[in-house]
Amino acid sequence: MLNTLVNTTATIAGVHFKNPVVMASGTFGFGKEYGKLYDVSMLGGISGKGLTLQAKAGNPGIRVYETPSGLLNSVGLENPGVEAFLDKELPYWETLDTARIVNLGGNTLPDYVLGAELIQRDADQRAQAGRQAVDMIELNISCPNVKEGGIAFGVKTPAAREVVRAVRAATRLPLAVKLSPNAEDIAEMAEMCEAEGADAVSLINTISGMKIDVRRRRSVFNNLYAGLSGPAIKPVALRMVHQVAHRVSIPVIGMGGITSATDIIEFIMAGATVVQVGTYNFMNMRAGSTLVEELHQFMLEENISSLDEIRGIV
Amino acid sequence: MATVISNERLANGVYHLRVEGDYGGTMGQFYMLRAWGAYPLLSRPLSIHQVNDDGVEFLYHVVGEGTEIFAELTPGDPVQLEGPFGNGFPEVEGRIALIGGGIGIAPLYYCARQLPGSDVYLGFSREAFRTEAFRPLAAELTVDVGGLILDSVDFNRYDHIFVCGPQPMLQAAQMKGAAAGVDGRRPNVYLSLENRMACGIGACLVCSVSCVDGQRKACSDGPVFLAEEVVFHA
Repeated sequence: MLNTLVNTTATIAGVHFKNPVVMASGTFGFGKEYGKLYDVSMLGGISGKGLTLQAKAGNPGIRVYETPSGLLNSVGLENPGVEAFLDKELPYWETLDTARIVNLGGNTLPDYVLGAELIQRDADQRAQAGRQAVDMIELNISCPNVKEGGIAFGVKTPAAREVVRAVRAATRLPLAVKLSPNAEDIAEMAEMCEAEGADAVSLINTISGMKIDVRRRRSVFNNLYAGLSGPAIKPVALRMVHQVAHRVSIPVIGMGGITSATDIIEFIMAGATVVQVGTYNFMNMRAGSTLVEELHQFMLEENISSLDEIRGIV
Repeated sequence: MATVISNERLANGVYHLRVEGDYGGTMGQFYMLRAWGAYPLLSRPLSIHQVNDDGVEFLYHVVGEGTEIFAELTPGDPVQLEGPFGNGFPEVEGRIALIGGGIGIAPLYYCARQLPGSDVYLGFSREAFRTEAFRPLAAELTVDVGGLILDSVDFNRYDHIFVCGPQPMLQAAQMKGAAAGVDGRRPNVYLSLENRMACGIGACLVCSVSCVDGQRKACSDGPVFLAEEVVFHA
């Protein structure tokens, strides 16, 4: 039983998070698999597997490689497509008592817009029936593992602005924009998102990296480069969250290498409203429940009665 | 947290790990194991070699940092297990062949125990191991070192064929299965695939397998697939 003496709640654009522990896109499926291991409704939220308008098979060849304290991945946005997601996954999402975030990617600008429109239309239909299964869209303009779209939109602010503006116009759902650490100027990117009406920014996506197989004299990845995640990137992520949180007034969703309650606290102190947890799910299958419990314990020990007391304190 | 009962070296780089506890699992399923803290990041999938009243057993080949740590385990050491995961081999009846190549013999021992009277074919590139354990369970045991074990198998003799081994062997088994058949009857060939995994439960899509009906997951749709379902890439 979690201690109710501490207040871990947060709100982003009217969406309630019972605690700041949100599972990051690409590491948690749509929650169902982990739902067999623990009650995922104890989480603050879930960001589902990144979706594109059409189903995507992802990248061939090796898809993960371990590095010191990090994980390179080249999954390449394998996903069932927006429509299959709405049909097959949302019935499960309706049963959850946690913030449900759709992570939306795209190959082209019209793809992003059509995807957002489909999600909005579905949300409208459900709302008419008194139901809700999507609480927020997280716009992914920062996947480093796809050749078209993804990072191509996430590096330069003018290109990103076009996507954010078009998707903002296509949906009334709360909108977070997931930023890339490979952006030329991540703080400028975040300011642009705020100016274009985004409700939050989430950062950071993986850092573009590489691993060479010296015996075969080639990259281990068919795509040459891959996205680095895990504890190795935490200092970079924390710095970027801190930098962005001081430049925008919309909430920041922080992520990058979180594996403990103290990691969460660091991100909150840097200015994050909630955090996302990704690679840690692969280190500990019960990462979500472990972190929620650890966070309560840490707050009790440190006499922190509400995360609002320490948010952005550094 | 589970406890190591024994961790015996069977051959060069090949170990037999026994872990104490009450474990379940069917033929061809696997557990995710780790015997370390934060690094390496990922747990390692190991197929069930046997489940009995004492606990669960695994055979593994040392190929990298994770299995190197496993090789250092001694009785009494803690090890973390999650599972059993995956869809294993089906319960079948009829004439059955179990074909293992190298460390691919690991899941077939549990099959041989569950399906006594099967013919067992074990192939090794350099050094045979664990073959004598199969002898009392097999109707016929064929062991090959240095050759191609599939050359010893007449696919037409069987209703069901279970195969686990390196990818070239699985591809060859797929082709032999497709070419086999007498009087319109073809054996059902099941392949147990090995793949890099991160989550082990179907969430991360790291272990995707190309199948005739699209992408499937080695961890949760497999690791066992009907041979004709799998599309191998060069």
